[in-house]
Amino acid sequence: MTSLSAFFEKIAQSKKNQIILFLTYVIVTGAGLFLLPDSTIAFLLLLFSILILYYLNLNLRAKWVTGIVILAVVVPFIASFSDSYQTYMEVGTLVGIYCAMALGLNIVVGFAGLLDLGFIAFFAVGAYTYAIFASDQASKFMPFGHYPLSGGTFWIFIFIAAIVAAIFGILLGVPVLRVRGDYLAIVTLGFGEIIRILLNNMDHPINITNGSMGIASITPPSFFGISIGSSNQFYYIAFAIFLLVIYVVRKLEYSKLGRAWKAVRDNEIAAQSMGIPLVKTKLAAFAIGASFSGMMGVVFAAKQMFVDATSFTYLESTMVLVMVILGGMGSVPGVILGAAVVIILRTQVLTNISNWLSAMSSNYGISIPPALSPEKMQLLIFGILLIVFALYRTQGLIPHKNRKVDVAKLKKESEQAALTRKKTASGGADS
Amino acid sequence: MNILEVKHLTKEFGGLTATSDINMTIKKNSITAVIGPNGAGKTTFFNMITAVYHPTSGDILLNGKSLVGLKPHQVSQFGITRTFQNIRLFENMTVLENVLVGMHQNLKSHWIGTLLQLPHIRKIEENARTTAYDILNYVGLENYVNENAGNLAYGAQRRLEIGRAIAAKPKVLLLDEPAAGMNPKETERLTNLIHDMRTKLDVTIILIEHDMNLVMKISDSIYVLDHGELIASGKPNEIRNNKKVIEAYLGKGAVSNG
Ligand SMILES: Nc1ncnc2c1ncn2[C@@H]1O[C@H](COP(=O)(O)OP(=O)(O)OP(=O)(O)O)[C@@H](O)[C@H]1O
Ligand SMILES: [Mg+2]
Repeated sequence: MTSLSAFFEKIAQSKKNQIILFLTYVIVTGAGLFLLPDSTIAFLLLLFSILILYYLNLNLRAKWVTGIVILAVVVPFIASFSDSYQTYMEVGTLVGIYCAMALGLNIVVGFAGLLDLGFIAFFAVGAYTYAIFASDQASKFMPFGHYPLSGGTFWIFIFIAAIVAAIFGILLGVPVLRVRGDYLAIVTLGFGEIIRILLNNMDHPINITNGSMGIASITPPSFFGISIGSSNQFYYIAFAIFLLVIYVVRKLEYSKLGRAWKAVRDNEIAAQSMGIPLVKTKLAAFAIGASFSGMMGVVFAAKQMFVDATSFTYLESTMVLVMVILGGMGSVPGVILGAAVVIILRTQVLTNISNWLSAMSSNYGISIPPALSPEKMQLLIFGILLIVFALYRTQGLIPHKNRKVDVAKLKKESEQAALTRKKTASGGADS
Repeated sequence: MNILEVKHLTKEFGGLTATSDINMTIKKNSITAVIGPNGAGKTTFFNMITAVYHPTSGDILLNGKSLVGLKPHQVSQFGITRTFQNIRLFENMTVLENVLVGMHQNLKSHWIGTLLQLPHIRKIEENARTTAYDILNYVGLENYVNENAGNLAYGAQRRLEIGRAIAAKPKVLLLDEPAAGMNPKETERLTNLIHDMRTKLDVTIILIEHDMNLVMKISDSIYVLDHGELIASGKPNEIRNNKKVIEAYLGKGAVSNG
């Protein structure tokens, strides 16, 4: 035991050892996936390297570059040898989409402290924004223009949807900000349902959303004439937007606005008494959080080539909230991990267990009623997870930590500033 | 010159009159104490000045301009900040961040500029951190920069509240029982700090305090509230010997002092 802990300590001390060990891990798991291309476990183990990377004691920029290389090059390359290539990339795309959404909700819930139970509405708004104009749906009510728009407009629609979703965020915010706490949760829940029901019923008197039939044959995006249709291509789009979202969140978290959000969360009265406008600050959280969802909604619509209101139920809002709570409210790395865990559980682990169980039952005659298959029991499983976390790990998988400043450097700067002040003051007196 | 004027200020909560027809004139750069027994309406008075409550009637004038009807954040932007009797720090933020929030209204760093990494915005944020550090140094918290505010000891939390309030560069600073829960040594430090702030920061200070030693030592003038009414006002000496005040409030204290 002691030799083992000594071993780990030694590794933690030396950067070289860490790098060697990490690379070994990536190579071993990468080779594992290469040799066992259809093993979900091998795929997950390779992905796990990102979490290890997060905990390594290395230069931040080096970690970012390594992480991006692994996710953008290593994982897709090795997975491409597998028959399940598209499935893996589909999971990757979904993780990217939901990470961005969870980071958006984290701004509202984690930073600004406003519980939102209808967050999926903004995802729906983004998806429909693209779906309507990239199919012939728009020609049913638009007096001008030719629809569907070309796949090249996809890229513009990512930004349009961000803005439209932000506007919906503000629309939600204005009435909602009059209420607090539990009431706020109820009102946002209602908002989510209203949007869903509206989308489901806006086929008359004017047919805007095609009602419960949904919108089909959405134009796939095109990139310099190349049509994008497969999961491995959407993976890169989702990944790029995800990186953009992380950048924005990271910058905002410690900006003036980010501090205002947290101040409002910690103590509304004190925040106002320090000159922070409550309404503006909360609306900014709703708008910016919503815009991330809106962008990913476009990706979702383009990927599915079909949207209808059933993709945007209350269950989906809850799932995004579970990601935030599971990962750690207010913690950016935590929320990303939370989103990845929930998506992988839903799409890989639970389905695998279900398949395994049904194989068991057919092979050995043990019968498990299909209603009890893990795939169908998602709600129960996530419910239990939430309760366990609420009881034993309220801070989530990776608890939020405040960024620390370099006090020695601050002290030096402060002394320097005092010196220059003194100099200019005495200089002024001399002349 | 008067910086703050309060005219006929009244606040009713349902049937309860928390403050009734209060008049006050506060001289620029003075230290004024508001005293009175528990429930006299002192905190309610502060809450009205800072727009946490809207007065039922009456007016509040800062440099001749009425503050009634403004939002709390506007009052802060007009130049009045405060501390709270029941400490209200941003507990999950660091000590430094608490002060940075105090500087919020004076920072010209828009979030779009932050996203674009504009160099002058970065400079603003860097300078803000240095200034925040200076403020922490000033209130004696330079060793707790990275600590979560909620983890500070009681006296340190009170000093952080003062640091946060002066970070907003107020013209008028309201302190609600700043010495509550402090030991004599801490109280002495606080007394010096309040004196020093008046001269160094060119700020007008109004404080609510139950510690009569501190009040008598520090104040230029004192207002006494009882059951929501202003029963006396004047210099410390006059208040010390005012019969009504002794009856209402100083009774016990005067005896034990004598
Ligand atoms: N929001 C409110 N709603 C109803 N009554 C209130 C409210 N705020 C204060 N009061 C009442 O107003 C009266 C004055 O309270 P206030 O807090 O101003 O007293 P105080 O002088 O600050 O007392 P202390 O020395 O105990 O802090 C009390 O009777 C209190 O119960
Ligand atoms: Mg009080």
